[in-house]
Amino acid sequence: MSMTITEKILAAHVDADEVRPGEIIDCRVDFVFANDITAPLAIQEFQKMDIPQVFDPDRVAFVFDHYVPSKDIASAQQCKITRDFVRAHDLPHFYDIGRSGIAHVLLAEEGFVGPGDVFVGADSHTCNQGALGAFATGVGSSDLAAAMALGRLWLRVPETVKYVLRGKLQPWVTGKDLILAIIGRIGVDGARYGAMEFAGEALAHLSMDERFSITNMAVEAGAKNGIMEPDDVTLAWFRPRARRSSAMYRSDPDANYADVRDIDASALETVVSVPSSPGNVVPVREVAGVKVDQCFIGTCTNGRIEDLRMAATVLAGRKVHAETRLLVIPATPRIYRQALEEGLIQIFLDAGGAISTSTCGPCIGGHMGVLAEGEVCVSTSSRNFIGRMGHRQSQVYLSNAGVAAASAVLGRLAHPDEVVRAPVPV
Amino acid sequence: MTIRGKAHKLGHHVDTDVIIPARYLVTNDPAELARHCFEDLDPTLRARIRPGDIIVAGENFGQGSSREHAPIAIKALGVPCIVASSFARIFYRNAFNIGLPLVESADAYAGIEDGHEIDVDLSAGRIDDHSTGGTFVSTPIPDFMQRLLDAGGIVGYVHAQRAQRKQ
Repeated sequence: MSMTITEKILAAHVDADEVRPGEIIDCRVDFVFANDITAPLAIQEFQKMDIPQVFDPDRVAFVFDHYVPSKDIASAQQCKITRDFVRAHDLPHFYDIGRSGIAHVLLAEEGFVGPGDVFVGADSHTCNQGALGAFATGVGSSDLAAAMALGRLWLRVPETVKYVLRGKLQPWVTGKDLILAIIGRIGVDGARYGAMEFAGEALAHLSMDERFSITNMAVEAGAKNGIMEPDDVTLAWFRPRARRSSAMYRSDPDANYADVRDIDASALETVVSVPSSPGNVVPVREVAGVKVDQCFIGTCTNGRIEDLRMAATVLAGRKVHAETRLLVIPATPRIYRQALEEGLIQIFLDAGGAISTSTCGPCIGGHMGVLAEGEVCVSTSSRNFIGRMGHRQSQVYLSNAGVAAASAVLGRLAHPDEVVRAPVPV
Repeated sequence: MTIRGKAHKLGHHVDTDVIIPARYLVTNDPAELARHCFEDLDPTLRARIRPGDIIVAGENFGQGSSREHAPIAIKALGVPCIVASSFARIFYRNAFNIGLPLVESADAYAGIEDGHEIDVDLSAGRIDDHSTGGTFVSTPIPDFMQRLLDAGGIVGYVHAQRAQRKQ
């Protein structure tokens, strides 16, 4: 039978010749993880299951990324629950403050996920890992507890919609702009319960960093997973990091898609999502001029080295506007170190930016850059819901790193061209 | 099983950030989470929801983050079930996993107004609006989800799975 890549991976994990959309399967999982917010609840539920040890200690990770370094006593207590559990169960893959980064970026970087895997995390942006040709999906804490206990998870096989991306992206139009443009067209529930399969020529030109930004935001369209067939770029990135054997799957040419949508990637512009939905997508030029109080470059969506390089291109030799503040948070210590070695951190410091240890912090309005009433932030993150980054009357515009950097320089929403075409002030 | 309660009507795409803002995700205590439920959607809403009241919402209820704290907070307010045109997928799993039934009916959303007294018959897939006499059909709860509810949620389901394997 013909199947999509998503169906093939799921079939392989139930030892079946085929699976069909709509079917509920009891699926083997290759790797599971939880973060400092979702782990304590998962641990509490796991303990109710009366199981002495996780299904395979080598296939479980805990990554501290949300409220770290702990912002108050309550968040410190939550971290302690997980630390105690990790030590009591002698679990090898625990990422605590200093060694930790934003889970989705860190776990891919560390080779815990690869092509053909079923990868499950108690964090909605787990779909990030689909860029590697894995089936990756986010679940809640109780589901994660069950997966930790059994090494299996019930899943409804999703229908797949294929997005064929034609042509090549223009300068300053990134993978982030591409996924925002798609969400703008199909809506925040346009892929609900389904698989988004990305294909086409435009992808071949994109690095893994940009590909991850695309699959990362599949959940913002309501999808269960976003996925791409692995190619040479995938393998060149993954092979040096691999910890386990992997399996390359490709969709059959006559696979059954719920829909196939053609997108002319070369016609896309640099865009932003305006408040308060990721689906409110407009070209940045339409809203250029909106006064900005804070710009944030980081997160699992856009805290990777290429994002930092793009921001540095805009910021080099320039200063953050006097009435704006800039936060830069490399997604992992490795990315931080690389940015340091490449001189990017120096550029951000010289510009007047604040640089932080890896954390999700501002993205969830948690700490490290919370917004006051009426404030506006341009953020490279993935969500701009009401109150997402602070006060319920603050506003968030989602963008790529170039737009966030340009907006920091001009103190208003701006296309990066507006800044880089102007001479660097002496 | 029929649940009777007063409807609180919400809009479309209610996200988990407005159900329980991330700034409160530093505890697993259901009562503490309930104290901040819907705070960023409407700061007065929580005080108006009485135990037994039912949430009636539009499309894609529970979109966004995977935080299980969202259905936990709603359940801890004493809400026995949620009726919506549709639900976001992680929220859907989480709610059934903690034993909070969800009922899908776009017609019910269109027909029921805020404050109406409604009956939700989970097994029959029927919603009655006593304020208007209207009756709406809901999508039947899938067999698998019903088994999860019958097991008392995912913890009970795991116990049952393990017992089955030992046989």
